[in-house]
Amino acid sequence: MSELQQEPTSVQGEGRWLLGDPIADDRAPDSPVGDRWSDRKFSARLVNPANRRKMTAIIVGTGLAGGAAAATLGEAGYHVKSFCFQDSPRRAHSIAAQGGINAAKNYRNDGDSIHRLFYDTVKGGDFRSRESNVHRLAEVSLNIIDQCVAQGVPFAREYSGLLDTRSFGGTQVSRTFYARGQTGQQLLIGAYSALERQIAAGTVEMHPRTEMLDLIVADGRARGIVTRSILTGRIETHLADVVVLCTGGYGNVYYLSTNAKGSNVTAAWRAHKRGALFANPCYTQIHPTCIPVSGEYQSKLTLMSESLRNDGRVWVPKERGDSRPPNSIPEEERDYYLERQYPAFGNLVPRDIASRAAKNMCDAEQGVGPGGLGVYLDFKDAIGRLGRHAVEAKYGNLFEMYQRITGDDPYEVPMRIYPAIHYTMGGLWVDYDLRSTIPGLFVGGEANFSDHGANRLGASALMQGLADGYFVLPTTVPNYLADGPFDPIDESHPAVVEAVEATKGRIDKLLSANGNRTVDSFHRELGQLIWDQCGMARSKEGLEKALDRLPSLREEFWRDVKIVGTGDGFNQSLEKAGRVADFLELGELMCTDALHREESCGGHFRVEHQTEDGEAQRDDENFAYVAAWEYGADKPGGKPILHKEDLEFSYVHPSQRSYK
Amino acid sequence: MRITLRVWRQKNADAKGKMEKYKLDDVEEDMSFLEMLDVLNEKLVLADEDPISFDHDCREGICGSCAMVINGTPHGPQKNTTTCQLHMRHFKDGDTIDVEPWRARAFPVIKDLVTDRSAFDQIIQAGGYVSVNTGSAPEAHATPVDKVSADDAFDAATCIGCGACVAACPNGSSMLFTSAKVTHLGLLPQGQPERQTRAISMLAKQDELDFGGCTNVGACAEVCPKGIPLASISRLNHDVLGATLTGARAD
Repeated sequence: MSELQQEPTSVQGEGRWLLGDPIADDRAPDSPVGDRWSDRKFSARLVNPANRRKMTAIIVGTGLAGGAAAATLGEAGYHVKSFCFQDSPRRAHSIAAQGGINAAKNYRNDGDSIHRLFYDTVKGGDFRSRESNVHRLAEVSLNIIDQCVAQGVPFAREYSGLLDTRSFGGTQVSRTFYARGQTGQQLLIGAYSALERQIAAGTVEMHPRTEMLDLIVADGRARGIVTRSILTGRIETHLADVVVLCTGGYGNVYYLSTNAKGSNVTAAWRAHKRGALFANPCYTQIHPTCIPVSGEYQSKLTLMSESLRNDGRVWVPKERGDSRPPNSIPEEERDYYLERQYPAFGNLVPRDIASRAAKNMCDAEQGVGPGGLGVYLDFKDAIGRLGRHAVEAKYGNLFEMYQRITGDDPYEVPMRIYPAIHYTMGGLWVDYDLRSTIPGLFVGGEANFSDHGANRLGASALMQGLADGYFVLPTTVPNYLADGPFDPIDESHPAVVEAVEATKGRIDKLLSANGNRTVDSFHRELGQLIWDQCGMARSKEGLEKALDRLPSLREEFWRDVKIVGTGDGFNQSLEKAGRVADFLELGELMCTDALHREESCGGHFRVEHQTEDGEAQRDDENFAYVAAWEYGADKPGGKPILHKEDLEFSYVHPSQRSYK
Repeated sequence: MRITLRVWRQKNADAKGKMEKYKLDDVEEDMSFLEMLDVLNEKLVLADEDPISFDHDCREGICGSCAMVINGTPHGPQKNTTTCQLHMRHFKDGDTIDVEPWRARAFPVIKDLVTDRSAFDQIIQAGGYVSVNTGSAPEAHATPVDKVSADDAFDAATCIGCGACVAACPNGSSMLFTSAKVTHLGLLPQGQPERQTRAISMLAKQDELDFGGCTNVGACAEVCPKGIPLASISRLNHDVLGATLTGARAD
C-alpha cells in the first residue's frame, strides 16, 4: 500500500481532476471465490492471548459495525476504546433501520444459497462491487443470524417457533429476517448489550458524547485520534495501535435526508485528508417512499418501509396540475405509471427505478401536494381486496407513523410520498481486509465503500454492518496487530502536536467568524445544490454549475457563519458547524466523481447516458472500476487525484438490468 | 399560529436555572415540536443569544435521544409519541407551552433541556444481556421459540431508553426501564440461564444509582412512548422473588 502515498507517476489533466496510479486489492486470496474467506482466515496471523491486552484498538462509532467490532475485540481480550457522539452507544443511527436483514439460510427451501445471495447483491449493485467482498458477505450472513438469536434478538417467528422471513426488492427468494418494522433497533440493542457487557468486564473503555475531529498518522501509521468532548469542549488525544472507523454514511450532505440529524462525514473526511482514499462518492441511494417535505422549516425526512409497495399502488393524476383531492379523481383519470411502464415488476421495481419515475412525473407537472413534489401511494384496492383488518395487521405501525407526521389518515386518503436520500454506497476505500490506504486504519459498515457497488439492495445494510463488525474486522485487525505493539508514541510526537493544533485552529476560526448566517442556512443551501445537481438525475451542465458554486459557498461559510457561545462547553451550533464545513468539501468531491463517471449505473444516473426509453445505460468497457480519490487540495495541481481499481467479474457476468 | 414558550434555561450543571419566555408568531401546524425549536434557535443565534440546547438525533421516535417535559408531561400530550414525533397541530393558536428537562435525581441537568442519562447504560451493564461471545452461537433454528413468547419479548424489547418513565415517576424510579429488559430476555430461552441473577443484579444497580423505589403509581406506563406495559414490573418482581427463593445472588 505504501506506493499509494507517493506522487502519482502518470498525470493526465482532465480539468477538474488528475489521474493517478491504478490501485488494487492485494488481500483477497487467489483461490476460487467460495474458498477465499476461509483461506484468508487461515492465513491471517494470530495474537497470543497474553499479548492482546497490551494492544489498544480505537473504534469510532457504535452502530452495528462499530458496536459489534468493539464488543468482539473486547471479548478477544484487546484493550478497546470506543467512541460515539451520542449520549449512549445505543443511539447510533443503525437503530432507525426498519425492514430487515438478509441471510442465505434457505429456511424456506425456495432455492436460496450463498451463491444466490452473492449473485443478487453483485447484480443489484449494477456490477460495480468487488466479487470477493460480496461473496464473503453472503457466507457470513448465516453466522450473523445465529449470533443475533443467541443474544436474544426477538426476530419474528412463525407458530412453529421457527424464524419467519419475508421478501424484499431485487430478489426472488424470501431471505429477509425481521423484527416487525424495527429490525435495526433490535439488532443494535443486541450489539449494544454485548458492548455494555464488555464495558462492565473492563475490556472496553467507553467514551460517549465524544466526537472524533482528526486522525493522528505518525511515522506512516494511524496511531490515534483527536477528539472533542461535547460536554466540556476539551480537546483530547487518544493513542492506540490501530484505529477503526465505523462512522456511517454521508447522506446528510443533502441536509434533508432520512439520516439522523447528527450523522456526519467528519471522521471519514478527516481520514481522507490524512491520506485515505475515498471511493465512489457519487453512489448515493435515493429511497422512493418517504414522506414529502411540508415546509421550509423541514429538518429531516422520514422513510416509509419499502414493504408498503407490496400492496400500495403508485399513481398521479393524468391531467397536469390537477388539484382535486385524490378521492375525487376518477379511476380513468389516474396514471398508475409504474404498472404502465414496468408491467413485469409494477410497483415493486428496485429503488433507483421507482425514485426516478416519481421524479419524472413531478418534472412533467403531474406531481401532487405542496410544490407538486409528491405522488400517491394508494391502499384503496388492497383494503377492498384484503379488508382493513388485514392491511392494519401488515402495515398498522407504518400507517400510524404516517398519520402522526402528516395528520392524514392513509386508510381514507392515499399517502403522499416522494424520494429522499437514504444511504450512501460510497465511502473510504478498503481492501479485502477492510484496510484503508493508511496503514493501521480500518473502515467498516456504511463508512466504507466495499459491498454494495452502485446500488444497495434492501435489507443488506444491516447484514454488512454486522458482517464487518462481528466477523471480518475481528479477523483482519488482529492480523495487523500481530506486527505490534508498535513503538509507543506520546503527546509530544510532532504528528500529535500538529493534529491537535490543527483541530484547535479550526474551532477558533469557526468561532471567530461571527458573521451573519446560521450554520443551518449554509447547510440548507448546500443540501439544495447537491440535491438539484447531484441527486436523482445528474448532468454535465448541472454538475459543473455546482462545482463552480461550491468553492464560493465554502468561502462564504468560513467568512460569514455565526456561532454563538464559546468552544469550552456544550455548544451544539459549534458541533454542527464543524460537520457542515466537512460536508462542503465532500460535496465537491461527490460532484467531481459524478462528473467524471460518464455512464449511468445504480444510484448514479447521468441524463446524457440513457437508453431510448429512459433507462440507465452502463458503460462496462470504460467504467467497470472503483473510483478511489486521493485528497489533492494540498498537493501539486491542487485537484483530487483519481486512482482506478479495475473490477473483474469471473462469476457473475454483467448484464443490462431490465424490469419491464 | 402564535405560540408562547416558557423554556427551562440552565447554563451548566452547576448553574441555577429558570424559565424564560419566548414568543413565536409564525408556527405552522405541520411543524414538529423540535422544528419549532429549530426556528426559535435560528432567531436566537441571529439575535446573538445562546440557542436552546436539547438532545435529538433520529427524529423518527426510535433513537430515544429527545426528552422534554411538555406542559408537565414527559414527551407531551400525544399518547405513544416521542417529543420528536409530536406535531404542532396538537396545539392551538395562542397557547402557552412549558418546556422542561427530565426531572429526576438520577438524570442531572447538563444544560437547558439536556440531561445525563448514563445511569441507564450502567443498569444494562449490570446484566441486561445474554453472556454469549461472538462466534459461539448455535445454529439459529436449534432452539424454537413459541410465537407468543417471541412477540411478547419483542414488545418489551421496543424500549428506546429515553427515560420518560423515570421523569414521570414521583419517586424517580427506573422500574419500567429495568423490567422491560428483564421481560425481554426472561421470555426467551436464550435468557433463561441468567434470568434470576439478571433481575437481582439490575435491581441492585438501579438502587445504587439514585433512582427511587416503585410504589405502583403507574405514571411510567402512561407516558411510555413505546407502550411498555406496567405488567413488566410484575415480571421483574416475580423474577426477583424467584431469585430470593432459590438463593441466587447478584454478580
